[in-house]
Amino acid sequence: MLTVFGIPIQALLGQLLVGLINGSFYAMLSLGLAVIFGLLRIINFAHGALYMLGAFIGYLLLVHLGIGYWPALVIVPLLVGLLGMLVERLALSRLYRLDPLYGLLFTFGLALVIEGVFRYYYGVSGNPYAVPTLLAGGTNLGFMFLPNYRGWVVVASLIVCIGTWLLIEKTRLGSYLRAATENPELVQAFGVNVPLLLTLTYGLGAALAGLAGILAAPVYQVSPLMGSDLIIVVFAVVVVGGMGSILGAIVTGYMLGLAEGLTKVFYPEASNLVVFVIMAIVLLLRPAGLFGRDA
Amino acid sequence: MSEATLHAERAAASVRLERALVALGILVLIAAPFVIYPIFVMKMLCFALFACAFNLLLGYTGLLSFGHAAFFGGAAYFCAYAVKAWGLPPEAGILLGTAGAALMGLVMGFLAIRRQGIYFSMITLALAQMFYFFCVQAPFTEGEDGIQGVPRGHLFGVVDLGVTMNMYFFVLVVFLIGVFAIWRIVNSPFGMILRSIRENENRAISLGYSVGRYKLAAFVMSAALAGLAGATKAIVFQFATLTDVTWQMSGEVILMTLLGGIGTMVGPVVGAGLVVGLENTLATSGFPVTIATGLIFMVCVLIFRRGIVGEIHARWLGRGGKGS
Repeated sequence: MLTVFGIPIQALLGQLLVGLINGSFYAMLSLGLAVIFGLLRIINFAHGALYMLGAFIGYLLLVHLGIGYWPALVIVPLLVGLLGMLVERLALSRLYRLDPLYGLLFTFGLALVIEGVFRYYYGVSGNPYAVPTLLAGGTNLGFMFLPNYRGWVVVASLIVCIGTWLLIEKTRLGSYLRAATENPELVQAFGVNVPLLLTLTYGLGAALAGLAGILAAPVYQVSPLMGSDLIIVVFAVVVVGGMGSILGAIVTGYMLGLAEGLTKVFYPEASNLVVFVIMAIVLLLRPAGLFGRDA
Repeated sequence: MSEATLHAERAAASVRLERALVALGILVLIAAPFVIYPIFVMKMLCFALFACAFNLLLGYTGLLSFGHAAFFGGAAYFCAYAVKAWGLPPEAGILLGTAGAALMGLVMGFLAIRRQGIYFSMITLALAQMFYFFCVQAPFTEGEDGIQGVPRGHLFGVVDLGVTMNMYFFVLVVFLIGVFAIWRIVNSPFGMILRSIRENENRAISLGYSVGRYKLAAFVMSAALAGLAGATKAIVFQFATLTDVTWQMSGEVILMTLLGGIGTMVGPVVGAGLVVGLENTLATSGFPVTIATGLIFMVCVLIFRRGIVGEIHARWLGRGGKGS
């Protein structure tokens, strides 16, 4: 059998795939955080809870209404996005003139409430969500066996990330958004409805989290705790990448996912820690983050 | 009578009132264990000291640490292990736990102060989560069970802490020493520099202060005092578990401080009392604690940013707290 440093190549590729899957979710979530932070100057602690909400709505749609995976892929981001816009209008919009710490604290409270509600009604155990029949089974790539759904997750997350990047960098709406990030007063003076732009941005970020959630449902178990475990790792990803650039957030997400997968092969005990260790090293060598512009 | 002397007299009256209130508070705490279940009051005191230590950083230096559970729970582990496995007396165990927390504070603080504002919070949260994963895997913490059956032992080899009242007054003395230390720090020239950093970091830099060193010193002091609270709690409850190192615990201490009043001396004590009391009530009612704490968080941030004590200061004593 082919080995690399004494590790069978199949095991290595298998863990790299797991890393790539995790990295896909890190990338989608840190992308949403970066989009929200860019314009609202708020760190959205509720991002993990919105991700969990996305997975749960998908699960509930299937169980109670018989709505399957493909329609859910559209419905879930819309619902989570709408909820996000509601939250922004009712609460976050009152916090913009304050210290950004209050935005973090508010969304922390929101995350506790969302998570608490689902824990209360559904307990902490995970609920399985079946892989859609179209993507069931796997493909033999010759050097390894690839479950189709996992392949789809990687492709879908790439589409989402590139799509969001194009939306922000190449469209008119995106140019308003970037302009408002630089100087909201000036953009407002040009007749752009900045408050609406803020609401839409938070909605977009929330929808991205919801979409990541429904994509994750067949891979991980649908559980109330799935978001809070993830969000702290994503924070570390964001610190490593720096929130200055959208592309930076995406690239860092995939990189750290792969690093985690590799660690699982060579030193499994440290696989939980590796992202944080990398964060510490980056802070020592390049405090602004790999792609960061701020001090 | 001139304006200046009138002002001075008012200030003196305010100081007299404050002293009277502090004396009254101490008397209440001395009487409390004879009226209320002592273990419950001890829990409140440990969390109150924890919140005061946290407030030294948030309220007086303007740094929001989202990882203080690492110091609180870490010190509890160090103390419990030293007392149980090495047979150290309780006072040595607590000192060791405090020193351990200070050392962790030095390392975490050194990394975290390299970034400012919101990034500082995320870094402290991530490093504390790293410590949590370490505690889950490290053999000395005994995993999910935690370190159980820690002996309370004899204080200085004489006072039997197994007796509840002895334990209570020991905890009260630790609490008072801790709060007095914070009060001294805050009202020293060093504390004034911390406040100037909170108000305007760039101006503090331009005045020639090496802001980084002051921040790090404040971080280490805050971590050590949080550790003192955690180590004492380990002796009181005779165990140290993973609960005390979770991010939820870091959130809880923020809530206590926010609810009581950020940047006030008494606020965190009031907030800790309320949160611990609320959790005690909810534990029997079946209503999930997370939902309640989450809701209080949201309400506090939206309409009640000064907190209870800060609000009292602003309305009746004419002094603005931080947070508006």
